Amino acid sequence: MSEHLLVVDDITLRFGGVTAIDGVGFHVDEGELFSIIGPNGAGKTSIFNTLSQVYRPQEGDILWKGESIMGMRPDKVAELGIARTFQNIELFANMTVVDNLLTGRHVRMNSSWLSGALWFGPAKKEEMENRRKVEDIIDFLEIEQYRKLPVALLPYGIQKRVELGRALAMDPVLLLLDEPVAGMNQEETEDMARFILDIRRELGIAMIMVEHDMGLVMDIADRILVLDFGQKIAQGLPDDIQQNPDVIAAYLGGELTG
Amino acid sequence: MYRRPKLYTSYEQETQLLPTWTQKGLAGAFIAVLFLLPFDIPVITDPIPGLGWLPIFGDGIPVVRFLGDGEWIRVTSQVLVLAIAALGLNLLSGVAGQVSLGHAFFMGVGACTAAYLGGHADSQVWGHSLPIWIWLPGAGIAAALVGIIVSPVAVRVRGIYLAIVTLGLVFVGIHLGNMSFGRKIAGPPSLGREFQDLDIRLWKEETPLINMSDDGRWLFFDVTEEQKRYLFFLVLAIGFTVLAKNLVRTRTGRAWQAIRDRDIAAEVMGVPDFKSKLEAFAISSFFAGIAGALVVSLSGHLLSDEFNLFFSVEFIAILLIGGAGTTSGALIGTFFVIMIPRFVEEFTRWLADAEGGVSGAVANAILTGGEGDFGFVSSGIESQGWPLSVADWNVVLFGVLIIVFLIFEPLGLFGIWIKVRNYWKGWPFSY
Ligand SMILES: Nc1ncnc2c1ncn2[C@@H]1O[C@H](COP(=O)(O)OP(=O)(O)OP(=O)(O)O)[C@@H](O)[C@H]1O
Ligand SMILES: [Mg+2]
Repeated sequence: MSEHLLVVDDITLRFGGVTAIDGVGFHVDEGELFSIIGPNGAGKTSIFNTLSQVYRPQEGDILWKGESIMGMRPDKVAELGIARTFQNIELFANMTVVDNLLTGRHVRMNSSWLSGALWFGPAKKEEMENRRKVEDIIDFLEIEQYRKLPVALLPYGIQKRVELGRALAMDPVLLLLDEPVAGMNQEETEDMARFILDIRRELGIAMIMVEHDMGLVMDIADRILVLDFGQKIAQGLPDDIQQNPDVIAAYLGGELTG
Repeated sequence: MYRRPKLYTSYEQETQLLPTWTQKGLAGAFIAVLFLLPFDIPVITDPIPGLGWLPIFGDGIPVVRFLGDGEWIRVTSQVLVLAIAALGLNLLSGVAGQVSLGHAFFMGVGACTAAYLGGHADSQVWGHSLPIWIWLPGAGIAAALVGIIVSPVAVRVRGIYLAIVTLGLVFVGIHLGNMSFGRKIAGPPSLGREFQDLDIRLWKEETPLINMSDDGRWLFFDVTEEQKRYLFFLVLAIGFTVLAKNLVRTRTGRAWQAIRDRDIAAEVMGVPDFKSKLEAFAISSFFAGIAGALVVSLSGHLLSDEFNLFFSVEFIAILLIGGAGTTSGALIGTFFVIMIPRFVEEFTRWLADAEGGVSGAVANAILTGGEGDFGFVSSGIESQGWPLSVADWNVVLFGVLIIVFLIFEPLGLFGIWIKVRNYWKGWPFSY
């Protein structure tokens, strides 16, 4: 088949009577910044949950580099290189920033419980190497001063950054960002936008971004998918989406100029 | 802060168990004290040739005496052994967040395995008289295997349901102990069986490599049986503490904490749910199995119904009071839960002996048993109904403590310690 990184092939996801995703299909290419927008309850988060196989769609298929990931365990999907942040922060609250990021590196580490329990030798070596990688990410996200704090104590904006860091720690090929700037002020939003652009430019990681901030989406997305009530109502370049009458109708005109 | 925190030069130093020299020194001193605890100081009572005139060799009275007689050494040994079990439960419940009421069951599995492998056969019970280097690890491994067998069920349930499933294990265990093969291993119900000593043999030879069951002489020191066992348990307890600490600070331990804090997110971030929980069950049960075998070696008698629900609950109390999720908390909690009843008992005994004066008045206000007083503690060890006995008051005390800690200090004694420490670090500024 094609050389698309990810192909979502007409998936349908139902919860009892509710159809959260209704035959939606799209694809994402390597290094691309793809954006999914739509009103509340449109099914954006549900799409992410099917990609990480937390939810299993009843119909359709999801292909990663040409191979189906349907029925795979979520941790196996993560191993493939699909990392993610969450709409409502899902950090490991009692762990420090460093430990949260190191947990992100879990899939890239090998030490067994036995070598960990003994510490000296391979486990220690691996800890040091991965610690270095984590410190690079901490530098990149400018959160040095919070390194040793339990994340529960951090302000919201910083937690959002730590969550991005944890996803980056996985060395992902595709990064799913669920409303990365929701609830942030202007300055925090600009910082986050800068990080996202840097991630794409410097690391070449493909991204799917779900976001309500239309200004941000129109600025940085390569292509946009618009959902409403679980259905695809439009897909295309930012300029086309802004002009699309269906999209304008779904948003009641207002927000798109943002 | 008036003192800048030291900047670490490398991650290697930062990830050490005891990063600063002060911490290393304090820990070293603490461990040295633990090793000296069962001895009278100076430990050498025979005058060294030519030095007999030194005052310390004078009349044979030790200068410093910590634990003194066998009773306190035995209680402290018990703390060391149960600390191993508490460390194990802390990994499963405190670190991985899987609350288990079945810890006593796994300890029982360890104890029975040890008795089967290392005990001596007679008309009533099986036993293979194998040496300790087989039966002790065997106890841990058998418990771990049973942990692996039950985990497919345990991994599927969460929270209160897991507590109930594991609670069932304790009753299954007691039932198994009463079945015919169980009796062959654990001895007749409520009679139990003799448990082997801790002698270290290569195989089944007559004279052990290291004699642990008689008083004797190690290097230049006279050591009693109790002191030998104490030292043995201390070495093991330190070893298991280090293992537990290492687990928590490496990949496996982080996976456990992640599952505890956010199980779905942990999976999405690549932490395998089943595998991690299975490892937690197996490793925690391994600790329990070892501790179970050691705890019966302490009394020299295995009684399978001692591994009951109350025993399990005691470990929950240890974690809650000490501070769940932290290794130090598990250790402090064990010390507190095992030692405090002893102190209360001693105090009552002291009161019972008090006559006249202030202590006599206090005794009268607290104890009953004398004439015309209104005390609320029965001076007898056993008591039915009001006034409660010392043992009953201990149960009440722990109940109250658990509730108080749950409400006011979820981090337990460890949390209090951290607060005190931070207060003094920042002194005289409160922030
Ligand atoms: N676990 C679930 N059980 C039942 N219904 C669900 C579940 N998850 C999502 N839904 C339903 O699916 C629909 C889509 O929800 P989803 O969270 O994907 O929307 P969204 O586009 O992310 O919205 P928002 O912008 O508010 O985050 C909603 O109607 C929601 O109620
Ligand atoms: Mg959503």
